[in-house]
Amino acid sequence: MTDLLYDSDEEALRGSVRALLAAHAPWQRVLAAVDTGEPYDAALWRRLVDQVGVTGLAVPAEHGGAGAGYREVAVVLEELGRAVAPVPFLGAVVATRALLACDGSALLRQVAAAERDVALAVGFATAPDAAFDAVTVGPGPTLCGRVVGVADTAPGGLLLVPTGDGLYAVDAAEPAVRTTPVVSLDATRPLVDIDFTAAPARRLATGEPAATAVTAALTAGAALLASEQLGVAQWCLDTTVAYVRQRHQFGRPVGSFQAVKHRLADLWVELTEARAVARHAADRLGDTGTEAALAAALAQAYCGPVAVRAAEVCVQLHGGLGFTWEHPAHLYLKRAKSTAIAFGTADRHRAALARLVDLPGPGTVDGVTDRCTGR
Amino acid sequence: MSDHTADGLRELVATFLRTHDPRGDRTGFLRARFDAGLAWVHFPPGRGGLGAPAHLQAVVDDAFAEAGAPDNRPRRNSIGLGMAAPTLLRHASEAQCRRWLRPLWTGEEVWCQLFSEPEAGSDLASVRTRAVPDGADWVVDGQKVWTSLAHLARWAILLARTDPDAPKHHGLTYFVCDMAAPGVRVRPLRQATGEAEFNEVFLTGVRIPDSHRVGQVGHGWAVARTTLMNERVAIGGRPLPREGGMVGVLARLWRDRPDLRTGGLHEEVLHAWVRAEAARLAALRLRQLVAAGQPGPEGSAVKLSFAELSQRISGLEVELRGAEGLRHDDWTMRRPAEPDLLGRTATYRYLRARGNSIEGGTSEILRTIIAERVLGLPAEPRVDR
Repeated sequence: MTDLLYDSDEEALRGSVRALLAAHAPWQRVLAAVDTGEPYDAALWRRLVDQVGVTGLAVPAEHGGAGAGYREVAVVLEELGRAVAPVPFLGAVVATRALLACDGSALLRQVAAAERDVALAVGFATAPDAAFDAVTVGPGPTLCGRVVGVADTAPGGLLLVPTGDGLYAVDAAEPAVRTTPVVSLDATRPLVDIDFTAAPARRLATGEPAATAVTAALTAGAALLASEQLGVAQWCLDTTVAYVRQRHQFGRPVGSFQAVKHRLADLWVELTEARAVARHAADRLGDTGTEAALAAALAQAYCGPVAVRAAEVCVQLHGGLGFTWEHPAHLYLKRAKSTAIAFGTADRHRAALARLVDLPGPGTVDGVTDRCTGR
Repeated sequence: MSDHTADGLRELVATFLRTHDPRGDRTGFLRARFDAGLAWVHFPPGRGGLGAPAHLQAVVDDAFAEAGAPDNRPRRNSIGLGMAAPTLLRHASEAQCRRWLRPLWTGEEVWCQLFSEPEAGSDLASVRTRAVPDGADWVVDGQKVWTSLAHLARWAILLARTDPDAPKHHGLTYFVCDMAAPGVRVRPLRQATGEAEFNEVFLTGVRIPDSHRVGQVGHGWAVARTTLMNERVAIGGRPLPREGGMVGVLARLWRDRPDLRTGGLHEEVLHAWVRAEAARLAALRLRQLVAAGQPGPEGSAVKLSFAELSQRISGLEVELRGAEGLRHDDWTMRRPAEPDLLGRTATYRYLRARGNSIEGGTSEILRTIIAERVLGLPAEPRVDR
């Protein structure tokens, strides 16, 4: 049976990540970085890698990792979400999952040891069931094409590029690879557009194994993102509760008004459920087959909207203060709204669930619904 | 104090079954099971338990069920088992526990709850039913309402006002009322579904011996809070499988009837499925917390979500059925011991579900409780304390 609690190792891991973030990534520092054009905090990332070993968490020991698992990864993501920490951990986990699925063992060892950063070169909004035709393969092999809105890439890192027929590794430092920063809604998670102009590539897998590896990676992304969303939502709830307890209007704490209380109570209920859903998704990632896909689809159908509501309530109940640049609420709002699109919107995941649990739409023929006409 | 293990309890059950025939006299078997401490294992020895961790109860229940032993029909005495018993355990005297707990657990005596009144719903502490001392007795006059099982019950837990001059939370006392006593009149209270699960209870000059008072005079509110807490945290039965609740009815209907499907309703069905699965996992997580000895406040979340979901899903089902949704099975007045949610038409489910956000604490009161007790938000200014 799925274990939805946190064990003592997981709580210890949470404690060390939280302490590290409190010391080195207070929100004032995260906010200040938004204006510098240096969105990622390389020093913080180094600390997480060196002191906590985050890049090796989900890599089995025989590949040089810690052999922990996705439950632990999820706990780290909760804390990173809670701090809107600007580090490329999620992308690294997703790309590592692809490497694990297609036996990139030499690369895997480098990644686990954090000798190289690695990212999957797909748009951050890509759902697990997406098709890949933006990049084509030429002789060499070399890659041509354009991928937009990619998250968590690092200069000089390794890009894993899915194409129509396979999965390729490309060095981001190659001259034939041009990355253009995007002004992203969530400035704490910068996006880039990437152009490949006959970029030399190494083939990691082709055909079905490649497709399976990419789907597994994106499924892991969707499942684990729920824990980041949970962390975002928890910060929003905690911060708002603390604020409405001390903010007075009409001679009493704002938090004593029923209209305020009931919104926060509803949010707490949703968080209680989001925690169970996110733990379930992380726990099921170890499974093969449809259970992992189902748990991931549920996670994004449920937790994304909860994080958005939490951030919106946070802004609203802080009143004017919540609408200012100098209060961190907007960082969480932007993170929440961006993650609700990442790895596919809730609607995409409900459509996936409809297939996975056999609740077909009207006029479904062979499992394919015409969503335009609804027939 | 617990050195009990699942294996140890299984062994105790096996030993018990060697000397007690599960196919023999039902009441005798249940009484013996109580006396052996295998009734509710987390209760203390001598009161039907062993002082074992609560989560081991399932081990004992499973072991008896496997042996084909009769159970105590817990659904027929839900108020007694879920609310009266934990209150008695905490607040009643040794003699009171000895008199009441065993026949309560075996189901020989059904219990009901005389709390709500026409003028005291969410604001329960404003009950007006009076109890006046008279010799060694109290004389009780008043009216209670929404009393399930009153027509079957032998005993009732009763909240009555013993000091009308004290501030309202301090003038209450908690009693056990004999439902067979003269002056107790039970009338069915017919509800929107056409049936009567509940009753109105009229108390006219009912004599209750002082030995049936639970807790001190004037301390009834504290005792009642124990009862109400158990109402809100009670999670009985087994964990639901996926689609195990009302959402399963909706999902099966959707699969069986392609002719009913529309695009808009498809979206709503998927939304409902997602919410129901999230609520199911939250309830499962709550069980795991309790089993790990870390019970949290998540029970309030489970109840709020359950009410909202059952209403939304049953409403969706009626709408999905379209023209069929206009047909109800039967308005005949019945006296069900519990609602028949799966055996009747969708309209019944829809109507019965309206009560889910009212009974056992309205959703509004529950939200306030969550905000104040879980989140620590300040209470609203009050004029009645």
